[in-house]
Amino acid sequence: MSDKPEKFIDENGLRLDGRRIDEIRPMKMEIGVLSRADGSCYLEWGKNKILAAVYGPRELHPRRLQKADSVLIRYRYNMAAFSVEDRIRPGPSRRSTEISKVSREAFEPVVLTHLYPGAVIDVFAEVLQADAGTRTAAINAASMALADAGIPMKGLVSACAVGKVDGQLVLDLNKAEDNFGDADIPMAITSEGEISLIQMDGDVTQEEFKKAIEMCKEGCRQILEIQKETLKNKFTKLDEVEIPEDEEEDVSALVESTLTSADEGEACEDEEVVEEADAEDDSEDVDDVEDVEDDEEAEDEDDVPEEKADEVVEADPSFEDVEEEEDENPEDDEEETV
Amino acid sequence: MEREIVIPGQLLSENKADSGPGTYVKDGKVYSLLYGVKNAKNKITVIPFSGKYIPSPRDYVIGTVIDVTPSNWIFDIGSPYDGLLHVSEYPRRVDSDKMVSTMDFGSSVLLRIKDVNSSMKVELTMRERGLRSLDVGRVIEVTPTKVPRIIGHGGSMVSLLKKETNCEMFVGQNGRIWINGKDSEMDLLTEAIELIMKHSHTSGLTDRISHFLNNEDDVVSEKDDAVLEKDLAEDEEDEGEIREDTYRKVDALLENDD
Repeated sequence: MSDKPEKFIDENGLRLDGRRIDEIRPMKMEIGVLSRADGSCYLEWGKNKILAAVYGPRELHPRRLQKADSVLIRYRYNMAAFSVEDRIRPGPSRRSTEISKVSREAFEPVVLTHLYPGAVIDVFAEVLQADAGTRTAAINAASMALADAGIPMKGLVSACAVGKVDGQLVLDLNKAEDNFGDADIPMAITSEGEISLIQMDGDVTQEEFKKAIEMCKEGCRQILEIQKETLKNKFTKLDEVEIPEDEEEDVSALVESTLTSADEGEACEDEEVVEEADAEDDSEDVDDVEDVEDDEEAEDEDDVPEEKADEVVEADPSFEDVEEEEDENPEDDEEETV
Repeated sequence: MEREIVIPGQLLSENKADSGPGTYVKDGKVYSLLYGVKNAKNKITVIPFSGKYIPSPRDYVIGTVIDVTPSNWIFDIGSPYDGLLHVSEYPRRVDSDKMVSTMDFGSSVLLRIKDVNSSMKVELTMRERGLRSLDVGRVIEVTPTKVPRIIGHGGSMVSLLKKETNCEMFVGQNGRIWINGKDSEMDLLTEAIELIMKHSHTSGLTDRISHFLNNEDDVVSEKDDAVLEKDLAEDEEDEGEIREDTYRKVDALLENDD
């Protein structure tokens, strides 16, 4: 570990790593990096490297932890043993337990917990390489992973820290500034501008504190832009029109239509002989109400007997299923036209 | 029709009457709840790119038996909540000692959701037309939010898939798809479904799938084949090198031993 530098800010107003006092470190992220997780994000922010994964909503065990009216969010912040210069003892520590708790609470105002009663959403934030500001980096990554998992949220959460070095407020501390600075104030902000996490280490005056919050909000706004950009580019990157067709149909009815036709398939196996179906057809003629449909169907069949000859599989069930709902008529027609 | 990718918290409309599924209203304005595609027909809805299946009454699902109790089968239905099928909801009368022999652990079954209560207790039924145990074929899992893409506009995609591959097919709303046919045809269908999943956010999908199924040999695989051949060639090379190396080392060791 390097010794304390003499000056954090040079005569040009630039910091040790060449940034201005209100500049964040370069950040890049990618979502959907883990195939087995429901949502994931890999984030690099300066020298920080974070991998976040979201699983759920899924069944919660042990059952005594279940909340009858809402989903439980579990957040695990963990630093890999190799993430810092001197190897740290693996496993939860006092520090990581605390960070896990406050980070979880940072997401509580945005996640719509009442939609999944009794279930759990697990968030894992793994710090692979640390260089100051890992809790805020982890929150940024977790926020993206939650969106990637399709969890309903009122907005994204962005986090950033402000610190004091050489008596001056600076945005997004790096390691030297964090270790030898006078104050460190990490903050998380929802996209509505609500502060969902704020901590302070060291001391600042009231005036400085107010200014720090303003600087932090600006930093978070920049991060939010990067997050938006990442999410929106995920699919345009495939260099195709990112526009689906109608999806708003009544899915239930559609699924039902596939069911009845799956059913037809089975029916065919049972009665492959057309004659049998015909016999059934006749017997149903007794029924007055269905007569109309029956006739229509029969006509349809008559119109296109040759075409249909090799499509016995398609045509056959319509005899058998006459008493069923009209659903499959369009289905049948469709299959002919396609 | 206006469509775009939206993210949670994005402002969608100034008019709160536009709020549909996947959105929320705050201060009379409509915002997105999800990361997905905006769909503005009558109301604005957001269809997410991913997400778990949440059971709702009258849905058709494909479940797997995970437990059998004296009066219930318990099903995994690919959601955070398990489904309960009471013996009385089985089409025939089943004695409690015959339950396992009727449907054993691991059986896949076509089910319908009868009811879901507020604490998400899911009651299933098989007492409806077409519902049955699935003893042949395969079950494929896809993202439940993409089920409408598999079905297509008015069932067009399903019809196409069935017709082109000669497979039987049933799409459960929980994202499980049962298919049955010849092995080679099922392989083709599986590939087609994977393709749909990959390109689910694009337009003209049905046409492209049709193209894929009809020209399978020349479209997909010319490139793939080339890659494959290259891979194979590389593999062979690698193997050759390793072998030579290893032989040399082994020889050296043997010499030393001597």
